[in-house]
Amino acid sequence: MTAPAPTLPVLGRLRERVGRLAELVATPLVPADYVDLVDPLRSGADLRGRVVEVVPETRDAATIVIRPGRGWKPHTPGQYVRVGVDVDGVRQWRAYSLTSEHARPDGCVAVTVKAIPDGKVSNYLVRRARPGLVVQLDQAAGDFVLPAVRPSKVLFVTAGSGITPVMGMIRNAVDELDDVVLVHSAPTADDVIFAAELRALAADGRIRLVEKHTDVDGMLGLDDLAGLVPDLAERQTWACGPAGLLDLLEAHWAERGLADRMHTERFRPTVLVTGEGGAVSFSRTGTVVEADGATPLLDAGEEAGVLMPSGCRMGICFGCVVPLRSGAVRDLRDGHVTTAVEGDGVRIQTCISAAAGACDIEL
Amino acid sequence: MTALQKKQHNPIAHLTDADIEELGRELDAIREEIIVSRGENDAAYIRKIIDVQRKLEIASRGVLLFSLFPPAWIAGTTGLSISKILENMEIGHNVMHGQWDWMRDPKIHSTSWEWDNASPSDMWKHSHNQIHHTFTNVLGRDNDLGYGIMRVDEDQRWHPFYLAQPLWNFLNACLFEYGIAAYDLEIGKYAKGRKDKALFKAQTKAVFAKIKKQATRDYLVHPLLSGPSAVPTLAANATANLIRNLWTHSVIMCGHFPEGVETFEKSSIEGETRGEWYLRQMLGAANISGSDAMHLMTGNLSFQIEHHLYPDLPSNRYKEISPRIQELFERYGLTYAVGPLPQQLGSAWKKVFRLSLPNDFRRKASAAVVASAGPSAIARKVGLTSSPVPERVAA
Repeated sequence: MTAPAPTLPVLGRLRERVGRLAELVATPLVPADYVDLVDPLRSGADLRGRVVEVVPETRDAATIVIRPGRGWKPHTPGQYVRVGVDVDGVRQWRAYSLTSEHARPDGCVAVTVKAIPDGKVSNYLVRRARPGLVVQLDQAAGDFVLPAVRPSKVLFVTAGSGITPVMGMIRNAVDELDDVVLVHSAPTADDVIFAAELRALAADGRIRLVEKHTDVDGMLGLDDLAGLVPDLAERQTWACGPAGLLDLLEAHWAERGLADRMHTERFRPTVLVTGEGGAVSFSRTGTVVEADGATPLLDAGEEAGVLMPSGCRMGICFGCVVPLRSGAVRDLRDGHVTTAVEGDGVRIQTCISAAAGACDIEL
Repeated sequence: MTALQKKQHNPIAHLTDADIEELGRELDAIREEIIVSRGENDAAYIRKIIDVQRKLEIASRGVLLFSLFPPAWIAGTTGLSISKILENMEIGHNVMHGQWDWMRDPKIHSTSWEWDNASPSDMWKHSHNQIHHTFTNVLGRDNDLGYGIMRVDEDQRWHPFYLAQPLWNFLNACLFEYGIAAYDLEIGKYAKGRKDKALFKAQTKAVFAKIKKQATRDYLVHPLLSGPSAVPTLAANATANLIRNLWTHSVIMCGHFPEGVETFEKSSIEGETRGEWYLRQMLGAANISGSDAMHLMTGNLSFQIEHHLYPDLPSNRYKEISPRIQELFERYGLTYAVGPLPQQLGSAWKKVFRLSLPNDFRRKASAAVVASAGPSAIARKVGLTSSPVPERVAA
């Protein structure tokens, strides 16, 4: 006599109908454009996060605690997250290691940022970010993680902000690791990020902590390391720090046939060398053209047979805007240089831009 | 008007080539200042405007669900009209100009923005950004000079069709959203066989698809959602669209039609330098003076001159550079065309009426009456046959 309780398919169809109706009402926008105004962190929206706390760590580093949108997938400690921050009106993307415990009760995640000299985003996050700030997020990524079966002996070698991914690992797995050695180099004792927590863990005997402060001990070198950690050949090693240090370590481990025991995480992206002209790659069509610093990319591309959108050809109509995947271009009208690395979401006008180094146009 | 090159007193005769290039440099310097100073406050401005407009729209549509009640109808229609005007002018027009591309926000970008209007954004960007802004006020190139249905310059050839142009103008104003779509389709060009057939077909399809979506929302879905208030809601939406059409049409008329705005001969822009392009923009536009609220509702097109000089600078910065632009006008001996809204609109409409008749109609008519010898003689003298102006204008 009773009808079956509403089953999922019925609810699903209802939701579909409501969604369709919402689309008809929102056109030419999409419903998300309206809902974003009130609930930007809802599930199904573009992934964003809201800063809930900014915790100073050292004089130039701070932990940014973020409540991620409800679409956030739990991360593996050691991974990083790409964060999109609007600084001075422009959206900038940077990658930061997640330093938080894996599944915090409050559902938040944290990144720890060190302000580098002339760093636009790092300085903004450390010095100007306030609770309530909404940032864009990508899902966590990276394979700088501990294996599921924990190694019996672990060595972490870090310098400066390189401590951040390792801190994520230590906070989550220190109870599962029997033998952890952390060799950390920082400019001074006060510059050691997470100093109190690390020293407490060391005092409790849960890790062996070796701090090297450059102002008294000099830069960390391979000899120091070998002396400090005689059994480093037996340890799975995770290293994160400046490129120079990582190059040294990778080379040394490779020399001794231990390359598979060394895992590195590099922070600094490829340095963009800007100059006059360069190789222009049209990534979709696979064409590469050498162009000088005075030739608009539009002309260079057309000459090479690439189908380029265009309009006024004088910079006013924005009919030639295409993505610059990576590289550097110069505005021929005023000399301003625009640079991009993959994921930055930079778009340029090809009719008034010339190559200022190698560049990759998505056409 | 009359093409600048044909005027008895040429307003730029006193400027040497060197003067014009120096003017260009000074204008470039102002542009550079604004470019490097774009920042947080500007980004916050456009985000705020978008936030306010969308909330106003939702609230107004919500109120209209009860539009059977007159206060709800009035409040909802007013709110929706303001929301549509903001969306059209301060937001849509400016975002599609690329004014906010520098923010690198994919949702507020000229390449992805679609506006609440019958004309699809890519078609509008072509006829507006590319054609109108490049060939501003050039007779025979800038079709905004009359939109193909009106004669707004003495140097545009007269045709009996234009006798009724005040009516065409009024109809266009009421249906402006569709007028723009038809204009962007370049129907006249297609009729003359000068537009690619496949492209025209594809664009027509796109236009109808867009109109269908807009109409479904405003005249079907929203009314139906209002239940018993269906008919008043439909009327409210139609009214809001009409108000938006009339307002935007009026503002746009004030941009290039009031007295004091120059037009240019086609040949005069061959080999045009950057300085000369700037100069043409300065003389080919007119401003509207008024309150900040008025500026906002015109999408800052009340600063038409500043907008034409710098179509890609954020609209909220036009007011700040306006005094410096006016100073340049003074120093270079040029006239800055500006006036309050009623004056500018009146001037534009007066021109529409005046030029619906052939040039010099009064003089010729009285002369014809005096010296009349027969109907065909009158017809000749009154100019109902081809006028002797050499410049042909493409519709």
